[in-house]
Amino acid sequence: MSYDVPQVPGEEELEVAASDTRQWPMWEVFVRQRRGLSHVHAGSLHAPDAESALQNARDVYTRRAEGVSIWVVPSSAITASDPDDVDAMFDPFDEQPYRHATYYEIPDEVGKM
Amino acid sequence: MTGQERFDAVIDADEKIEPTDWMPDGYRKTLIRQIAQHAHSEVIGMQPEGNWITRAPTLKRKAILMAKVQDEAGHGLYLYSAAETLGTSRDELVDLLHTGKQKYSSIFNYPTLNWADIGAIGWLVDGAAITNQVALTRTSFGPYSRAMVRICKEESFHQRQGYELLLTLCRGSEEQKAMAQDAVDRWWWPSLMMFGPSDGDSPHTAQSMVWKVKRVTNDDLRQQFVDMTVPQCEYLGLTVPDPDLRWNEERGHYDFGAIDWDEFWNVVKGNGPMNRERMAHKNRAWAEGEWVREAATAHAAKQAARRLEQKSA
Repeated sequence: MSYDVPQVPGEEELEVAASDTRQWPMWEVFVRQRRGLSHVHAGSLHAPDAESALQNARDVYTRRAEGVSIWVVPSSAITASDPDDVDAMFDPFDEQPYRHATYYEIPDEVGKM
Repeated sequence: MTGQERFDAVIDADEKIEPTDWMPDGYRKTLIRQIAQHAHSEVIGMQPEGNWITRAPTLKRKAILMAKVQDEAGHGLYLYSAAETLGTSRDELVDLLHTGKQKYSSIFNYPTLNWADIGAIGWLVDGAAITNQVALTRTSFGPYSRAMVRICKEESFHQRQGYELLLTLCRGSEEQKAMAQDAVDRWWWPSLMMFGPSDGDSPHTAQSMVWKVKRVTNDDLRQQFVDMTVPQCEYLGLTVPDPDLRWNEERGHYDFGAIDWDEFWNVVKGNGPMNRERMAHKNRAWAEGEWVREAATAHAAKQAARRLEQKSA
């Protein structure tokens, strides 16, 4: 469900900040929809250990037979590329169109290739 | 390019902002607040329907209702996860709900008095939620948008089961049909209020529209909902409890009566029929679950220690 819950007096001063105290670690959930496909990231959840994470993932992400296999990975184990490095990381490939098949012109007479 | 310039460019191009991107503080705060309140609403929303699980008229209806309530819990979890990507924690958000510092949708501060209310909630309340959430699938924050896509898929089941439930009652005895009408009479106006204050009285709408957090205004969504729902109500053979409701040929929309905004603000401020009970129940459930959370943590620690022992043996 969803809503526009309007602000009431006093509410706006509220500061929401991170306070990592006693909560369970976070896990990233990957689900394989059916055999032959890769596991795809479905979301994340908190759980005390890997086994409970798997159980919870089953309940949270596969209630409608969305999968036949689940991986759970501690979120802390993931190393991500830095969004500020997007240019340095990925730009060079924009300048290498010859890596794509469509770069090459083949006369129609040759047929499908 | 500065962070602000990159942010503006992404918004202009109708692309998504992701958690690690630079974003204005106000954008982050607005989203944490909105997503958290959305999550709280899903969680509190389990209560009015949970009220009828033990009294569902058939085993099939009971199984359906349990599946629906379980979905609401799942929706809450998707949304809390989305909020956490913005740098807040689950503990913090849950605490804000339990201490009443953050609100949930006022619709859940109304009681479920008869079985037909379960149908009216699915059809009207979830119908209003879908109207809002379909628009939010296009919101500019990636994790929120993805959560909405997932939720909308499941919400369609909620709406259809509710409508089918009412249809069954309406095809039943006179008493059953009267139950359905009674439920619609009580849920119609609160459902219209779910879209929030009129655009003129919604101070954050303009900024949220610029940031594309919000894509359609409260009043436009409300109109969409009325236009969609009135013919469905006619098919049920029930009456919409609004004497001013009529089709406006010129506008191509239904005109409808004035909403009682005093009631709306009164419930928002905590004086609805069920505000206190909902919060008391939530806090009690949390306190009574403490030992389960502790046991799970202890079990995990014990298992880890045992694995370590086996390795060294």
